[in-house]
Amino acid sequence: MRVYVPDYTLEAPGTVDQVLRLLAREPGVWRPMAGGTDLMVLFEAGQLPYRNLVGLWRIPELRGITASETHVTLGALTTYTQIQRSELMRAEFPLLVRAASWTGAVATQNRGTLAGNIANGSPAADSPPALLVYDADIVLLSERDPRWLRYSHFHTGYKTNLMEPDEIISHISLPRTTAGCVHYLRKVGTRKAQAISKVALAGLAKINDGTIERIRIALGSVAPMPIRCHQTEAVLVDRELDRATIEEAKAAIVTEISPIDDIRSTAEYRTRVTVNLLDEFLTSLLP
Amino acid sequence: MFQTVGKSVPRKEGREKVTGQATYVDDITFPGMLMGATVRSPVARGRIRNIEFPDDLPWEQFTIVTAKNIPGQNSVALISDDQPYLAGEFVNHPEEPVVLLAHPDKYLVEKARQAVHLDIDPLPGVFGIEESLAKQQIIWGEDNILKAFVIEKGDVDGVWEEAAHIIEGEYRTGAQEQLYIETNGMIAIASPENGITIWGSMQCPYYVHKALLKAFPLPPEKIRIVQMETGGGFGGKEDYPSMLAGHAALLAWKSGRPVKMVYDRAEDLAATTKRHPSRTRIRSAVTAQGKLLGQDIEFVLDGGAYATLSAVVLSRGAIHAAGPYHCPNVRIRSSAVATNAPPHGAFRGFGAPQSIFAMERHMDQVARAVGIAPEELRRRNFLHAGEATATGQVIREKVKLEHLLDRALELADYHSKTKAFAEQNQHSRVKRGIGFASFMHGAGFTGSGERYLQSVAGLEALADGRVRILASSTEIGQGTNTILAQIVAETLSINYDQVEIPRPDTNEVPNSGPTVASRTCMVVGKLLESAAIGLKQTLTKAELLDENYSGGDFAGACARYIERFGPLKSFCQYQAPPGIHWDEETYSGDAYGAFAWAVYIAEVSVDTVTCEITVDDFVALQEVGRVIHPVLAAGQIEGGVAQGIGYAIFENVVWKNGRMANAQMTNYIMPTSVDVPRIRVYFEEIPYEYGPLGAKGIGELPIDGPAPAILNAIENATGLPVNEVPLMPEMLMRALERAKAPLEASVG
Amino acid sequence: MGKLRIELHVNGHKRTVESYPMARLLDVLREDLGLTGTKEGCGEGECGACAVLLDGELVNSCLVPVLQVDGRNILTVEGLEKNGHLHPIQEAFAETGGTQCGICTPGMILASYQLLEQYPHPTDEQIRAGLAGNLCRCTGYQKIFDAVRQASQRTAGDE
Repeated sequence: MRVYVPDYTLEAPGTVDQVLRLLAREPGVWRPMAGGTDLMVLFEAGQLPYRNLVGLWRIPELRGITASETHVTLGALTTYTQIQRSELMRAEFPLLVRAASWTGAVATQNRGTLAGNIANGSPAADSPPALLVYDADIVLLSERDPRWLRYSHFHTGYKTNLMEPDEIISHISLPRTTAGCVHYLRKVGTRKAQAISKVALAGLAKINDGTIERIRIALGSVAPMPIRCHQTEAVLVDRELDRATIEEAKAAIVTEISPIDDIRSTAEYRTRVTVNLLDEFLTSLLP
Repeated sequence: MFQTVGKSVPRKEGREKVTGQATYVDDITFPGMLMGATVRSPVARGRIRNIEFPDDLPWEQFTIVTAKNIPGQNSVALISDDQPYLAGEFVNHPEEPVVLLAHPDKYLVEKARQAVHLDIDPLPGVFGIEESLAKQQIIWGEDNILKAFVIEKGDVDGVWEEAAHIIEGEYRTGAQEQLYIETNGMIAIASPENGITIWGSMQCPYYVHKALLKAFPLPPEKIRIVQMETGGGFGGKEDYPSMLAGHAALLAWKSGRPVKMVYDRAEDLAATTKRHPSRTRIRSAVTAQGKLLGQDIEFVLDGGAYATLSAVVLSRGAIHAAGPYHCPNVRIRSSAVATNAPPHGAFRGFGAPQSIFAMERHMDQVARAVGIAPEELRRRNFLHAGEATATGQVIREKVKLEHLLDRALELADYHSKTKAFAEQNQHSRVKRGIGFASFMHGAGFTGSGERYLQSVAGLEALADGRVRILASSTEIGQGTNTILAQIVAETLSINYDQVEIPRPDTNEVPNSGPTVASRTCMVVGKLLESAAIGLKQTLTKAELLDENYSGGDFAGACARYIERFGPLKSFCQYQAPPGIHWDEETYSGDAYGAFAWAVYIAEVSVDTVTCEITVDDFVALQEVGRVIHPVLAAGQIEGGVAQGIGYAIFENVVWKNGRMANAQMTNYIMPTSVDVPRIRVYFEEIPYEYGPLGAKGIGELPIDGPAPAILNAIENATGLPVNEVPLMPEMLMRALERAKAPLEASVG
Repeated sequence: MGKLRIELHVNGHKRTVESYPMARLLDVLREDLGLTGTKEGCGEGECGACAVLLDGELVNSCLVPVLQVDGRNILTVEGLEKNGHLHPIQEAFAETGGTQCGICTPGMILASYQLLEQYPHPTDEQIRAGLAGNLCRCTGYQKIFDAVRQASQRTAGDE
């Protein structure tokens, strides 16, 4: 363990107002902690830049999966285990359930939270591609007015995002518009379980009579942050799906990604696999 | 037939392990204990100009040890004593230890460790086999060669003219981390007056004893080494413990307090030993029918910065390089070369996984060139009893490799699967394949090694009929405690429960040699079998026991003997089996008393969308002499196969200037429960005359087979001749792209 | 920040510790409470050797700051044995060869415990997935699967 534990402060207030007041009083000083599974790894490696941590786990409003007619709301503290156990999630947002089952293993899934994953902002995180194709929104709380952001705008760069230092994620909102869609998610990791993603592609498509009525494509691990593939989607939407369209989409997706060589994989491999996964997804949509 | 042997009796220390009561070194504390930490070189090579201790820490509270503070010799005694405990003027690898610190507060000692600044003038480093052989920088000895020798049989230079086929290949293997789940750890109490006591995680208490003897001015009886429950070793705790014990002892010596040093995972990964990377080049001459005429093999190992165990790893690797085949003309030119990486060391297999990988991949290439099936090529070349290996050892065992091959192929359904896969692969993006490796592994120390060790093991019988095993062989998970007790119980015709095996403590047990080289059952078990026979003879000669006695008689006889004569002990010292001759000068003769023989078969699928490789089924068939404990024996094979699968397709050490860049378990990938197939294990037994109840050694055998079997299967599946492990999907994808083979099938 | 008084329930007993809030639950169990059955293998949440049950859920105690368990219930391997009788899972691991060096065993047993709570008759796939976060270097997992199957039969027999 590479850290001097006594230097660190951790408080866990019982109400959301107390948390927000702390963050407002000393912006940039306090870092929210949900389950802790990401932050504690950084902490033990001596790579956590924050000395003051505020735990959110005592705040009831941040828990729970609820639904209205039009939206499903996931509280910030929803764990991967809870996502997998939710019948509603399994029925309407299966890609998030699958991503949750691929995040670490059981012990991590019991503690890790969706908001924690989003705030940590790793480009290799498992849930973001699914959240992106499901058009997720994020609600941020502070002592100022709550903010409602499109998740697709949330990440701005490598581990940077639109959250202000005095904000926490309150919940994630998913529009219930997946009926009749084909869902695709494939993760290529370093092994078959408990693996960091080398490439992950999520796809959501609604096909009407051979024409692509609606298409969403998102990728993880091929850019500084998780990305929606807008140009690739533009090539495909309202087009008749055939081999030629698929080849056009494959050419487009290569221009949208910027993979790197790192200790896990290579840019060359990531590019090739991105194209192959897109091919696999789109080919599966052909009649 | 047997009472105890051949049965899966309860593991001796099983209850402690499943209740969390088993005591590993980090589980114990002493009053007044200090925590130790190591300041290590950040660069691969350089001259230490200065060591800086920043002002903002209370250094007067710390115990600080550098090379100047070593009371004896500053070298970790092993073979050639070139590795220092602490770097003095020069550092020769990243993570080389330079300063030791101790303090009661474990958090503060870590803060201090990070604060110490080493001012080092860097020197150009040498990385990898090619750079070392190029000799642009000399970093060790005169020529970077840690060790070199040649094994020669017949006249390999004369075969090329008449060869119908000449096949050349180059095969490479990467470093592999042992990745015991318990990291290295030691506790030391040390003073000039009272001597040194070490408790720790280790495989070889007497290696640690020998090493401390050189570093401290103490007589042998004042150094005591106690092995704690050890959470895995696999060779990674063969020699490294001597370094860590020395460090803990140095801090204890200087501070006058007990000192505990336990590595965190990052330190253990980056700083301790790994399997030697290798490069093997093979040139083979064969007849038109595929009979081997000559093999010219060049076998090179990357040894890292100091010699440590490289000479012996090289030795075993070279001796196994020619495989279980009869070939009249062989030359194996072997060398271990120095590089500026942390020294590589022992890891299950010890050179053999590297050279066997090369030969078994190569044999499939030879088969392809000759135009016959790989299994047919093996059949035409297998060694038989009466034929000689590359070192000229005449095989006396009655093994029939053709039979093992046939049986394994049947168990794996090899022929029908080969056909089915060839057909299916034409229509599928997922390519399936099946491949095998045939190999042998010598048990016990190479050549004169066992004679040199002169191991001793013994027994003490107590008045109530309990018998205590006195041996320094360590339980590290493989089942030492259990099988040695079984052998003794069987030989004495007493209950397994009557035999005890206390924790190895150099104050209490003789030196039965290190727990390495697949020797514990075969060599030490044999010593104990002989000691047990000696014990029986003592009692029968004293007329206290009849020829056919019962367990109850035995206890009574012991009681009467002890009453009349005092302690009842029986020791046995190693004697080489008759007719074993080894010539260290010419590297020829009988390299091992016995070999285990095996054929392993791997079934794989390669998803060409991602080039991810899955091992779908694995058959491991081996002839091992005698299975002492079926569950433990199968456990050894299964564990070794899993490590072999890791070696083949998962475990990649990423090197950056001699340092392991992926020193986290997140990034050094070993197989999980989802990544291993069903591993099907089968044994055959042809009792070995000089093994205990016929048993031979099996600990290392299982890691030799998986990598070549898997890569042979991948070539079968994809047509791609991949010759390097670990084979990552990235490499396979590149090979696939380059080949532009007609594998892209339209899936319609 | 100084140490705080934290109350936790471990293996059915209320225990109070004075700890830094960011001290790892793993260290508090091992050093403050003397429960050394829970092991450290990696400090990164990768190997599962440190796994305990927190309010019935498997967690890696190396990633749990002790403040998070204030007032909570923890089960470690030491809490499985009852009056000298091993839990069926412990027996199974000892009998089938599911334990070799033993260092992964406590975490593996607790992971099996949660697995069997969730799936009393798990399929092979469920067993593998349930144990995917517990790394074993010795066994190749085969006999760990056997142990879980045996434990599932034994506990099912009690129903």
